[in-house]
Amino acid sequence: MIYLYFLVAIAVVIAAQRLNDLRAKRVLFLLLGAALLCAPLFDRNDATFNVLADAGIFVLLALGLNIVVGFAGLLDLGYAAFFAIGAYAYAMMASPQFNLHLPFWLLLFLAAAFAAIFGIILGAPTLRLRGDYLAIVTLGFGEIVPQIFQNLTKYTGGPNGIGALDFPSFFGRSFGQSTIPYYYVVLALIALALFFAYNLRDSRLGRAWMAIREDELAARHMGINTTAVKLAAFALGASFSGLAGVVFAAKLSLVSPDLFQFQVSVLIVSMLVLGGMGNIPGVIVGALVLVLVNNVVLPQANTIAASAGLHVDFGNYHFFIYGAILVGIMLFRPEGLLPSRQRKEELHHAAA
Amino acid sequence: MHEFLAQLFNGIALGGIYALIALGYTMVYGIIGLINFAHGDVYTLGSFFALTIFTALGVSGELHGVALIVDVAIALIGAALLCGIVGVLIERLAYRRLRNAPRLAPLITAIGISFILENAMQIWKGPAPVPFPAVVPNPSIVIAGVAVGAQQFLLVGLAVVMMVALQLFIHNTRLGRAMRATAEDRDAAQLMGININKTIMLTFLIGSALAGVAGFVSGVYYQSTWFFNGFGAGLKAFTAAVLGGIGNIAGAMLGGFVIGIIESFATWKFGGQWSNVTVFAILILVLVFRPSGLLGEAVYERA
Repeated sequence: MIYLYFLVAIAVVIAAQRLNDLRAKRVLFLLLGAALLCAPLFDRNDATFNVLADAGIFVLLALGLNIVVGFAGLLDLGYAAFFAIGAYAYAMMASPQFNLHLPFWLLLFLAAAFAAIFGIILGAPTLRLRGDYLAIVTLGFGEIVPQIFQNLTKYTGGPNGIGALDFPSFFGRSFGQSTIPYYYVVLALIALALFFAYNLRDSRLGRAWMAIREDELAARHMGINTTAVKLAAFALGASFSGLAGVVFAAKLSLVSPDLFQFQVSVLIVSMLVLGGMGNIPGVIVGALVLVLVNNVVLPQANTIAASAGLHVDFGNYHFFIYGAILVGIMLFRPEGLLPSRQRKEELHHAAA
Repeated sequence: MHEFLAQLFNGIALGGIYALIALGYTMVYGIIGLINFAHGDVYTLGSFFALTIFTALGVSGELHGVALIVDVAIALIGAALLCGIVGVLIERLAYRRLRNAPRLAPLITAIGISFILENAMQIWKGPAPVPFPAVVPNPSIVIAGVAVGAQQFLLVGLAVVMMVALQLFIHNTRLGRAMRATAEDRDAAQLMGININKTIMLTFLIGSALAGVAGFVSGVYYQSTWFFNGFGAGLKAFTAAVLGGIGNIAGAMLGGFVIGIIESFATWKFGGQWSNVTVFAILILVLVFRPSGLLGEAVYERA
């Protein structure tokens, strides 16, 4: 059953990518949105919507990182740090930890703002670095942030993290244990993120990002303030991650430092690489495919193996899958499985 | 003062390991401009190879006399050689095709290779740290009232010997000159009749073999190894290479020792949980304020 949701969503996104007619594209997306909105009316399986909400959180993360990596061409290997900042913002301000119980909806905006501020703090001194050095600096940042959360035990609960986070409520009605309200929140945030991502891409700022991605020197000489524009990419990308962090923390009702390790950053990069960096439908498909593999296919494979009497834990092969995707795609199809036409040209032109 | 000296000696020993790893980073970066992200995992692989060789030789405890020299030599050379081969294979499979691609492309495959190696090692020796036999006797030598293990001297001595040998090789042999020429200007070097592919392979062979030596040394010194060690150690060694001035062999050595000592002091003063934060903060600060490092020349944008 769960496969049906993923396959339909992936198929619709791929179809939308293939269509040239803008209006048909929109209709297709709206139909998918309507179908996803109605789904809980027919299917009341909480576990399904748990997986779908997780998938949605990763779609959000992929859309956010796509602004940084896909649009502006800045490899960010520490994106999970902003996710952690969003999650901890919720955990510290809506839990018994400090006896603060700010509303979920307010914290969504606050966390997005926090994450954006940290994006600027990290980006301001480092964005003039060359691409590969920037990647390593972001990696270092991504290592430092969860480590600091782990070390400041007094404020963050240390390695155990913070638990018993508040359930969000909507007009006085608590979300409770059900996962369906989170599913709706995630859908709404994705719609918002898509609106921003598409409009940013087609804005003056978006064109500036792509100009920088293709040739930074030329872009600078065309009068683009490259530092400011890159900083905008960092801040906006980070804010998506902050939003995703709040929903993630609230849904899990728990945060701990080990949820935001380097592997998470690489997982999101893998989603972009798989789907096609810079192409919005591509990164959505990349995120859906990898969540499907991680949260559905591998656990099922374990069950099947166990029933066949085999003691294999396919959960041990996560790293291998991400690694194989990164190597295989970059070697044989650097534009990803579902690229935009423009990006494909660029990459093949550059390689020639 | 006593504690200060003890930490200093610890830091120098740790720095010797970082320096050996940093050499591989700096050589590869110098010649093809790639941060070889998988290098730290080759280092871990070195300790796994050494452990496997010791097991195959039936070594499980302290060795003496001829057996000590022979078995250690076999394990050391074996680990270095196998790591060298792995390094060459990685270059051939994951980097060569992308030599003229945008610079971030091989960095992404390098991360992929790193994940694949980590996963392979996790399956090979399990997810928990693996004990390593205490092969080399470790009598204490007292310096200024501080007891220092003989192994620390051996470790640092080995690291220094390797570095001197590498310097001599690079500056005094034809192959070394070919490496320097390729690093300077690949196209011009090719026009002068240098086989670029072979030279780059040689760079990976030497760099990875040195990582293998570092892996061997760390296994013997810490008497334990873990599939995930290479991630942290690799980042710290890369920090060392950047601190020293990337592309600069002497800089990598200097950077390695400096980072080792800093980490040792950070662990002592702030506690072990802050040592990574300190080192990565240094990495960020160096890259921001002095990307050319202590001994490096100014780096120019190369698209």
